[in-house]
Amino acid sequence: MPPEINNEQGIPNEDRERLALSGINLSLAGRCGSYFQMNQDVVHSTCSEEGIDVLPYSEALKRYEWLKDYAWNLVPKDKDEYTRYVAEQKEPQGYVIIAKKGSNNIFPVQACLYLGREQVQHVHNIIIAEENAELHIVSGCASGTHVGRGGAHYGISEFYVGKNAKISFTMIHTWGQEIEVYPRSAAIVEEGGTFLSNYVCMQPVKKIQMYPTAHCRGRDSVARFSSVVIGTPGSTMDLGSRAVLSAKGASAELITRAITKGGTIISRGHISGQVEGTKGHLECKGLILKDGIIYAIPEIEGKVVGTELTHEAAVGKIAREEIEYLMSRGLDEEMATATIIRGFLDVKITGLPDALQRSIDSAIDTAEKSGF
Amino acid sequence: MLEISDLHVEVGGKEILHDINLNIRDGETHVLMGPNGSGKSTLLMAIMGFSTFNIREGTIRFKGEDVTQMPVHERALRGMGIMFQRPPTISGLKLGKLLAATSKKKEDEILALARTVNMDQFLSRDINRGFSGGEIKRSEILQLMMQNPDFVMLDEPESGVDLENIHLLGARIGNLLEKEVQIVNRKKSGLIITHTGYILDYVDANIGHVMCDGEIKCHGSPREILKEIKERGYKECLECRQK
Repeated sequence: MPPEINNEQGIPNEDRERLALSGINLSLAGRCGSYFQMNQDVVHSTCSEEGIDVLPYSEALKRYEWLKDYAWNLVPKDKDEYTRYVAEQKEPQGYVIIAKKGSNNIFPVQACLYLGREQVQHVHNIIIAEENAELHIVSGCASGTHVGRGGAHYGISEFYVGKNAKISFTMIHTWGQEIEVYPRSAAIVEEGGTFLSNYVCMQPVKKIQMYPTAHCRGRDSVARFSSVVIGTPGSTMDLGSRAVLSAKGASAELITRAITKGGTIISRGHISGQVEGTKGHLECKGLILKDGIIYAIPEIEGKVVGTELTHEAAVGKIAREEIEYLMSRGLDEEMATATIIRGFLDVKITGLPDALQRSIDSAIDTAEKSGF
Repeated sequence: MLEISDLHVEVGGKEILHDINLNIRDGETHVLMGPNGSGKSTLLMAIMGFSTFNIREGTIRFKGEDVTQMPVHERALRGMGIMFQRPPTISGLKLGKLLAATSKKKEDEILALARTVNMDQFLSRDINRGFSGGEIKRSEILQLMMQNPDFVMLDEPESGVDLENIHLLGARIGNLLEKEVQIVNRKKSGLIITHTGYILDYVDANIGHVMCDGEIKCHGSPREILKEIKERGYKECLECRQK
């Protein structure tokens, strides 16, 4: 067990709760390693698991000469104004996590990006799972309750999933209603590799816009994106995920559960089946509880005979019949509605360690307790 | 237990039930028969208070209290329970979670009860998603067992159920209706819709009613009515009674 994070003075108690909500455990219990960045300062970076490195970005680039070939390789520097902003930084921050060949972490690594001031927080992350390695990460991003206008988070993440390796990356966001967030991520998945990307946002945010891509270029590689979000009034969440299937047996699943109670949610998805023997499914289910917009844009693109791609999208309200079914068992209307919503958001992710599924469930449970 | 007077019910602006009068006393189980589309399920849904079923006239009294305009859950909390013929599928909501939310029982108690109706393997499945006819009925009876209502409404409990499971379901329904309790001491009441009458082997049904075109046309011994219907069909049964 690595030592406790002891340099996090200055984080108010309410923000500690927000970090816990994002799956971050400051005592490090149940975590094999930890990276903690407060604004632009790395306050903690450690890992007790043999075979897994957790390093600040700059230090990692100094330590491993070869790493420079992995930086800005999947996400182009000039992709947009946010990538350019990060690329121009003289002191780049962020983390590098490398799971060496055959390593395996039962307890996840936690990466905490905490925004405590009104400023732009920028990070560049590189995550590598070498051949036969299994790496689980929970990335908790949160801003302080006192952060007012103008805060923003720009994050570049590049994932490399080696042969028969696995990376699960679970992002739980607890931003404030004045924060803008622009993650830019991409992954390469080699033969027999699995990339799981999970995104949970139950709390208000001013704007989030992302469209990560998984390039499944190895035979029998797998990519699964799961998103569970609630759009509150004033929030705009433009969330996409893309899978490019370019090797036989490659498959992808893109699942979204979106609820709005006044916010705008754009749920994009794109699966491209480029060779024979590929398979993909895209699913977006949206509930409009009160006002708000859910705009689902599923795209499936088959380029050859022998790719099987499907999509399912549904946006609507909770059926009266379902609410009354539960009421007939004795739940009042409010409880019946909350029980149905909780079920709607209950996405069980295959291959995710229990600890991370519990973090996801707990973020949703907290939203349930506050009446969604 | 239940007293229905001059009840008129409409669905989508059309009157389906006309002038229904029905009195079910404590400890009594009544059986409702009638051709498809005659309004039997509508009556059960109206008694439970579902919003699609609009009460135009008349009253429903339950345990002496007027519940005609009462919300569904208030009726459930007062002791009404219903087994649906076609319950909705609720995406993501696990049967086990629903039972925990409605019964407040502990996980091991739920599991033990689920085992008695062979539903322990279904607790982690979305409610009613991909359930067979028999599984739906077993899920419904399990929910009723948790609820333990004083007045049980069953909409075709034997339809789509194989013979082995009819026995299992019938036994549980018998328990819910206190079949093992002496008639004089029996408190639980029931209203059961049946086409086949198989369920009559498992409950003590006191009175049968035949519903046609939204009206209760006749009353009598459940087995005698069933025998007549089997022999002559609903049309003759109805004509006979109208003479």
